[in-house]
Amino acid sequence: MTDPHLDVELHHRLGRIDLDVRLAVGRETLALIGPSGVGKSSVLRAIAGLLKPKRGRIVCDGRPLLDTQRRVDLPPEERRVGLVFQDGALFPHLSVAQNIAYGLRPRSGGRRERRARVAEILERFAIAPLADSRPTRISGGERQRVAIARAVATSPDVLLLDEPLSALDTVTKSHVAAELSRILTGLRLPTILVSHDFGDVAGLAERVAVMDAGRIVQTGTTAELLRAPASAFVAAFVGTNYFLGEARRAADTTVIDLDEGGRVVSDDAAVGRVAVVVQPWHVAIGDPAVASPDANALIGPITSVAPRGGTLRVAVASTPAITVDVAADAPVVAGLTVGAVVAATWPPALTRLVPPA
Amino acid sequence: MRHGRLLRLTAAAITGIAAAVLLTFVGLPLLAIFLRVPLSTLVAQLHSPVARDALLISLKTSLTALAFIVVVGTPVAHLLGTKKFPGRSVLVTLFELPLVLPPVVAGIGLFVAFGRFGLLGASLQRFGIRLPFTWVAVVMAQAFVAMPFYVRQAVAAFASIDPQLVRASRTLGAGPSKTFLRVAVPLARQSLSAGAALAWARALGEFGATALFAGSLQGITQTLPLAIYSAFDSADLTACLAMSALLVAVSFGVLITVKILLRSRAWV
Repeated sequence: MTDPHLDVELHHRLGRIDLDVRLAVGRETLALIGPSGVGKSSVLRAIAGLLKPKRGRIVCDGRPLLDTQRRVDLPPEERRVGLVFQDGALFPHLSVAQNIAYGLRPRSGGRRERRARVAEILERFAIAPLADSRPTRISGGERQRVAIARAVATSPDVLLLDEPLSALDTVTKSHVAAELSRILTGLRLPTILVSHDFGDVAGLAERVAVMDAGRIVQTGTTAELLRAPASAFVAAFVGTNYFLGEARRAADTTVIDLDEGGRVVSDDAAVGRVAVVVQPWHVAIGDPAVASPDANALIGPITSVAPRGGTLRVAVASTPAITVDVAADAPVVAGLTVGAVVAATWPPALTRLVPPA
Repeated sequence: MRHGRLLRLTAAAITGIAAAVLLTFVGLPLLAIFLRVPLSTLVAQLHSPVARDALLISLKTSLTALAFIVVVGTPVAHLLGTKKFPGRSVLVTLFELPLVLPPVVAGIGLFVAFGRFGLLGASLQRFGIRLPFTWVAVVMAQAFVAMPFYVRQAVAAFASIDPQLVRASRTLGAGPSKTFLRVAVPLARQSLSAGAALAWARALGEFGATALFAGSLQGITQTLPLAIYSAFDSADLTACLAMSALLVAVSFGVLITVKILLRSRAWV
């Protein structure tokens, strides 16, 4: 048997945006990310057969699920595509065990075999104690686990997860993310995971595809997207600093005049139009009066300070504006109040130059 | 200050009087049915041939009408509740019309449609099918007027089902009919039962359309309401009251059942 492999090509009109998506997924997890309303969920629904695109072709492991040219359009129940809905979409009138048994085909073995399969799934997803509970009586994290178990129980060829983490609180989210990672690694199915939060999926997916206004604007590993975002949009989405400017060589270094004003220096060699990429955790915050003349520096007032795990994400309204990550226990933290004027500094060696969008 | 208090007292007095008037107006006739003759006489009267025949005919026809309404109305209500298509609201309004239509007019309509010289009746006649003045005509009259009570409730119930659950069912390998039977119907069950109870009560009490389209033949088409009218006509007030008391009791039971059904959600 060849590897299950999912090939997707979709064209569809979605309100004001044109959905135009091409995707290939191997035995891996691909995260499809982007802000709300760019068509991510519609891609999932089209693959599952819940939305019929104007034109398109979806092939799974050589089996065409949709081919508008050849008038192939399998109904959802024949696609063997598991879809986990954002809120779980568990059947409220059935117990957890009955929810999981729902998708087991009546032909596949007798009653005893079905019961054994349900028991096995309950065990594997550590939800056996919930077997007789109603979905309305279990927690959000448990519901999410049951929803994934229910989709996996049908032995799908493809697994689609629509915002699996966004409805969960921060603590539950990290638990479910860890579990999800373990489950997905074990399944080795072509998996597409939709999210509006890069941070939520960065650790879950082998590859990340960033979507904007119906199109995929960049695909790559988490590291690739951070290192060389293809546009300001991608950079903003993955949370890195991105400035466009004009580069010229000066002695051993490159001097970039930024479009928005200001000047930075990089050790990378480049001439002409460039994009400057600076990782928030490479930037230091300090007193403008004592900033080192060798470092790049942007000066401005702090506009927000947001905790993210062990770090604080600080937004500085310099020209151009810059985002800085500061360790939550750094001595400088005490002075980080909104409105305080600070210098964001970083060395030329950590100033990456990439081709502009 | 004193002025405001006076106003409040007056308002309270008016409300109190209105409540007393309404309570008397609705309660007294119901009470009177049970108070006029001793209860034992009422029960004994139910054993008379006329009352027994009427009760049996009423049960047979109203339950048949209910079965017809549920079998035909459920899929149609599901369609109306879950799909958007041109003419949908026109259809919904059409199916609701019997709610406000005078039953006598419904009877006339049935007569000129399915009667001997009616639109469809003439053709039926050629196949030897004659509907008016048979128990089937009673069923048709009852189904006509009672249908909206079930269909309205069912449309609302199906429309309120989270479409995500239907989509989930499809992706889990269940086709449209399995999804309908295993997701939509169970989720709508309470509302469907309540609608069915209301429709049955309406069918049981049907008078106008039945009288016109099916007549009042004892043992064939004479249902309880028709028997009550007939007994009243022949000045047999005791028989009248006995059958009326029975219908009051049944109606009360149906209403309580509907309230319980609509309040509870079995899976919560």
